[in-house]
Amino acid sequence: MSFLELERTASQVRRDIVRMVHAVQSGHPGGSLGCTEFLVALYFDLMAHSPQEFDMDGTNQDLFFLSNGHISPVFYSVLSRVGYFNTAELKTFRKLNSRLQGHPTTHEGLPGVRIASGSLGQGLSVGIGAALAKKLNNDNHLVYTLHGDGELQEGQIWEAVMFAGSNKVDNLIATIDANGQQIDGSTNDVLSLGKIADKFFAFGWDVLEIEEGNDMQSVLDGMKAAKARAGKHKPVAVILHTEMGYGVDFMQGTHEWHGIAPSDSQLDLALGQLEETLGDYK
Amino acid sequence: MKYIDQGSKDTRSGFGAALLELGKSNTNVVALCADLTGSLKMDAFQKAFPERFIQVGIAEANMMGIAAGLTIGGKIPFTGTFANFSTGRVYDQIRQSIAYSGKNVKICASHAGLTLGEDGATHQILEDIGLMRMLPGMTVINPCDYNQTKAATLAIADFEGPVYLRFGRPKVANFTPENTRFEIGKALLLREGKDVTIAATGHLVWKALLAAEELAKNGIEAEVINFHTIKPLDEQALMQSILKTRCLVSAEEHQRNGGLGDALAQALASQHPCHQEYVAVNDSFGESGKPEELLEKYGLSEKSIYEASLKVIARKNRE
Repeated sequence: MSFLELERTASQVRRDIVRMVHAVQSGHPGGSLGCTEFLVALYFDLMAHSPQEFDMDGTNQDLFFLSNGHISPVFYSVLSRVGYFNTAELKTFRKLNSRLQGHPTTHEGLPGVRIASGSLGQGLSVGIGAALAKKLNNDNHLVYTLHGDGELQEGQIWEAVMFAGSNKVDNLIATIDANGQQIDGSTNDVLSLGKIADKFFAFGWDVLEIEEGNDMQSVLDGMKAAKARAGKHKPVAVILHTEMGYGVDFMQGTHEWHGIAPSDSQLDLALGQLEETLGDYK
Repeated sequence: MKYIDQGSKDTRSGFGAALLELGKSNTNVVALCADLTGSLKMDAFQKAFPERFIQVGIAEANMMGIAAGLTIGGKIPFTGTFANFSTGRVYDQIRQSIAYSGKNVKICASHAGLTLGEDGATHQILEDIGLMRMLPGMTVINPCDYNQTKAATLAIADFEGPVYLRFGRPKVANFTPENTRFEIGKALLLREGKDVTIAATGHLVWKALLAAEELAKNGIEAEVINFHTIKPLDEQALMQSILKTRCLVSAEEHQRNGGLGDALAQALASQHPCHQEYVAVNDSFGESGKPEELLEKYGLSEKSIYEASLKVIARKNRE
């Protein structure tokens, strides 16, 4: 996909996010807006995958696992916009009898989702398992995971980080959404993470940073570099520096919009800042 | 007695033997262990299939997540650690990444219950059946001896869906005829009788048979059923027996709360309420000791089953 098309897609995805969260007056817009460039780049450019022929095993495809499941709005929007399911289904988000549960699940059979997530800290282990299965199957595709920086406070993450480094799981690229925010405040105030890159490095990972995680070109360049560094006997960690709420000025850079929905007037304000490029879901 | 002890063996060795067979017969079978390879008898598999054996270290939460991930790609992961670390320690990982996600993971748990022995209460989980049977979609199996554990391990590899397989440490009577096919969810009628139904699981099935022998000497005909599968529960086998005996003794190496006895009581309450005695641990932790000493002290011996049978029959007869 062309660079311009990727940017236009990101704008539409942001519109989807705020509309979905507004419609049901719940959900997590902040982290979703912050990870929009990343997920658009991944699904529309970087990954080899087959939206029309989804199956659980994903043999001979790249796989993605969302570990910080609360940013489901961006995940659902990107999955539908790339063709896993009809965009009209976005309007069922968080409503009764929907496949688009508050946090992603395989339980309702939504194409594109391969694991339930929401209870934090579990997705890296799952990604490792899927990466090991690929190795056993002689499938040389990659496994991507995404985690919140606050999520790194979960102990299971470090069990997984230690395992992947020690076992040289080098078909795995784990990205950390480093927005420095969590529900109760900044990560520094709640429980300081220290230098994330140093920690992964100390566990035997190859680490790279994307300083401008909300700049499409930076994300593309950074993730392509990460791909090139896979297969070299080390798992790859990407520290993706983003701004929570990016793209909507009053939501940007604060933990306040981690998990609250915009009012009617705030929705109008937000949509005024986000160009409708691909047509809103109906 | 119809069944004879062919020589005492530990149930965990039945698991290990079957895992090795599965390694040969099913290339999708992968084994994971959290630093207890010898205790789980997984060393033969590890030696024969090193590329399909994953040592995760002392990190059970990670093990459950990796197992869930391995299924994405068609693998059939068997996780191995003690029952305590297979359930309570990793409940949320099993709940979200395995049960809710519907992953084909086989959670294989050794050293369950009091008969782990000298290590004491920190390791003697007596709540695991309850924890696992509460999870939607989870199959819960507690075989009684070496041969049945071996057969059950082979059977769950061919079954699609998450399974909790519970077995133990001590050498116990091995009385299930070799090569008996294991049918998940199908209770086994081991002895017919008309006076009382003894429904047992795991290590207490043999004790139930011994108790029935003693009861027979006093003219009491006890029916003994092996409920190796606690979920899904074989309600038909239960009802058939209860309609005849009209009273029940449940026997398990587990808390009263949440175990086989509760599962049976729940089924009976809505279909055919009857008198029941629980042979189970009564809301307490265990302690260090020899397996047989512990079973005696905590009321899980054949004598306990015998006395519970007399008690429940007397209650029935007062009606």
